[in-house]
Amino acid sequence: MADEIYYWQALNRALDAELAADDSVIVLGEDVGLYGGSYRVTEGLYAKYGEWRLRDTPISEGSFTGLGVGAALAGLRPVVEIMTVNFALLAFDAIINMAAKIPFMSGGQFPMPLVVRMPGGVAKQLAAQHSQRLEQMLMNVPGLRIAVPATPQDAWWQLRQAIRSDEPIVLLEHELLYFSKASLDMQLEAPPMHRAQVRREGKDLTIITWSRMLDLSLRAAGKLADNGIEAEVIDLRSLRPVDWERCAASLKKTHRLLIVEEDSHFAGAGAEIAAGLGERCFYELDAPPQRVAAREIPIPYNATLEAAAIPRVADIVAAAGKLCG
Amino acid sequence: MEVDLLKTMLRDMLLARAFEERAAQEYAQGNIAGFLHLYPGEEAIAVGVLRAAEPADYIVSTYREHVHALVRGIPPGVVMAELFGKKDGCSGGMGGSMHLFDRERRFMGGYAIVGETFPVATGIGYAVAMRRLPEAVICFFGDGAVNQGTFHESLNMAALWKLPVLFVCENNHYQIGTEIHRHSAVAEVWKRACGYRIPAKRIDGMDVLAVHEATVAALEQIRAGNGPQLLECETYRFRGHSMADPGSYRPKVELQAFEDNEDPVKIAIAETVAAYPTGEQIAAAGSGNIERLSGHLQQSELLTAAQLEAMRKEVAEVVEEAVHFAARSPEPAMEDAQAALDCNRHDEVLI
Repeated sequence: MADEIYYWQALNRALDAELAADDSVIVLGEDVGLYGGSYRVTEGLYAKYGEWRLRDTPISEGSFTGLGVGAALAGLRPVVEIMTVNFALLAFDAIINMAAKIPFMSGGQFPMPLVVRMPGGVAKQLAAQHSQRLEQMLMNVPGLRIAVPATPQDAWWQLRQAIRSDEPIVLLEHELLYFSKASLDMQLEAPPMHRAQVRREGKDLTIITWSRMLDLSLRAAGKLADNGIEAEVIDLRSLRPVDWERCAASLKKTHRLLIVEEDSHFAGAGAEIAAGLGERCFYELDAPPQRVAAREIPIPYNATLEAAAIPRVADIVAAAGKLCG
Repeated sequence: MEVDLLKTMLRDMLLARAFEERAAQEYAQGNIAGFLHLYPGEEAIAVGVLRAAEPADYIVSTYREHVHALVRGIPPGVVMAELFGKKDGCSGGMGGSMHLFDRERRFMGGYAIVGETFPVATGIGYAVAMRRLPEAVICFFGDGAVNQGTFHESLNMAALWKLPVLFVCENNHYQIGTEIHRHSAVAEVWKRACGYRIPAKRIDGMDVLAVHEATVAALEQIRAGNGPQLLECETYRFRGHSMADPGSYRPKVELQAFEDNEDPVKIAIAETVAAYPTGEQIAAAGSGNIERLSGHLQQSELLTAAQLEAMRKEVAEVVEEAVHFAARSPEPAMEDAQAALDCNRHDEVLI
């Protein structure tokens, strides 16, 4: 039976399920305990599992993420919550130099069952230091996996899969998705964590996207259909590894590729996807791959400029129309 | 102190010195590459601390960690093979000199970014405390690491949650080429721990007995559930920061003085070998050390000069065999590297 629930509630249920299933699962982060989480994700769990399982930390991103690494080495399965991706810059040593490297540098002796959850993205007038996305910075790190759930169902599935995995996994959430609502079927069997999903079928072009841009891309696809263009929309769900197979299969059908990303254009995730699919599908393509991405500026505080700095539905419609024109 | 333990620690120190001097030779011959940070001068710390630890305790170390690994019991051949980058090395040739790991011995790694050992050790301590186990975590770091944010952040958390971590500062007074008074506003590392209400002590890191005794006392407190402790061990490295560093920024007279008067191996021998101290030694040692020396001398089973020679010969053979083992070990293949990376992937097949 599928309930309509918020994205944050799906994450909350996933944490609850895993905390209940395995007493080596712990949650660490700022205000995750008594306060219940900045975005309510850990609501009610402190009362249920106590302070050792739900640990309120000082504001020390670098060290509490590193503490998660150490706890994982000693057999716990820590879920570190970093309040926003912007603060994760202080924890990159722990994520990149430690979590991603230790399993390898130890010659395979130490698995790293660590999950680092953090919301990114442009929300509502939070200004340049609180509006970054940064996914491309983590994509370039062998040894890490990056999951980007766009729906409550994926939030439920992918967080549980991440906790059960022995690999270090970054779960990139989105501040504007926490209070989005959709159905969640807790009984449904999960696809592989990095399997891309076709969210709308079409024959004229393939739109590849992830996280909050999925919603905008689907709305754009609706408008395109009114103009007689049938867009296939793929939700990548994982940025490392990327499900090339499903993307390539779609291009074989549509022959046109449009990538929609919230992060800035230059050296972004879209560049890797365009290059990867260019290598795989060059002879299938009827036109060069195109990208709709954020402008090359820090995100402005001003609301109008903020909205114009990242892709809007109209931008996607225009780019798709041009690609198919 | 038991004579056997004393002999063990002396052998550890002799082996450590011989191993490291040989590593320097192997580096010069091109069998070891990359950054090689050697430990001569600091042996009393690794030996004194780790001989006070239990097998169930966890060790987190820095990039200058060969001797910690040896004292912890990783076979010298396996350590040397890792320095050679070979398949039989303790990290399969993937880590090298700065990244020695041994899961079985709870040797949780050498970390090459200054200040990383603090959060790793604190996290292991968190797991131990949460499970209410009688284990401790030993966290090594140098004087240069105390100005990283992770030192302060981790000490705060360790004290806040009473985690069973022994922070051991190997204070050799230099962060590469910068002397401690030029890198720290407060040059006494132990004082920094006071800001987090962590009991701390400064000890003579050249005296293996002092280090051992202080570690035993600190671990007792930690196992009693009283939270973290910090030991500042004052020491001196006889070589440069790494093989790439001649150490020319240090006054020659300073190095000479430490080598002549403060060599931990010489001190350990003086404390172990049955020989009457000279009048100058007695005068220089002061009353506390006289008692210590005479106390050992009164025991009947101390080492003779001949036994010391035999011990030197034995460790030289061990080091020789370690080099042979490393030289004979095969090179790892790219498939081994991939397998190390994928160790935590289990049965999942990527699309």
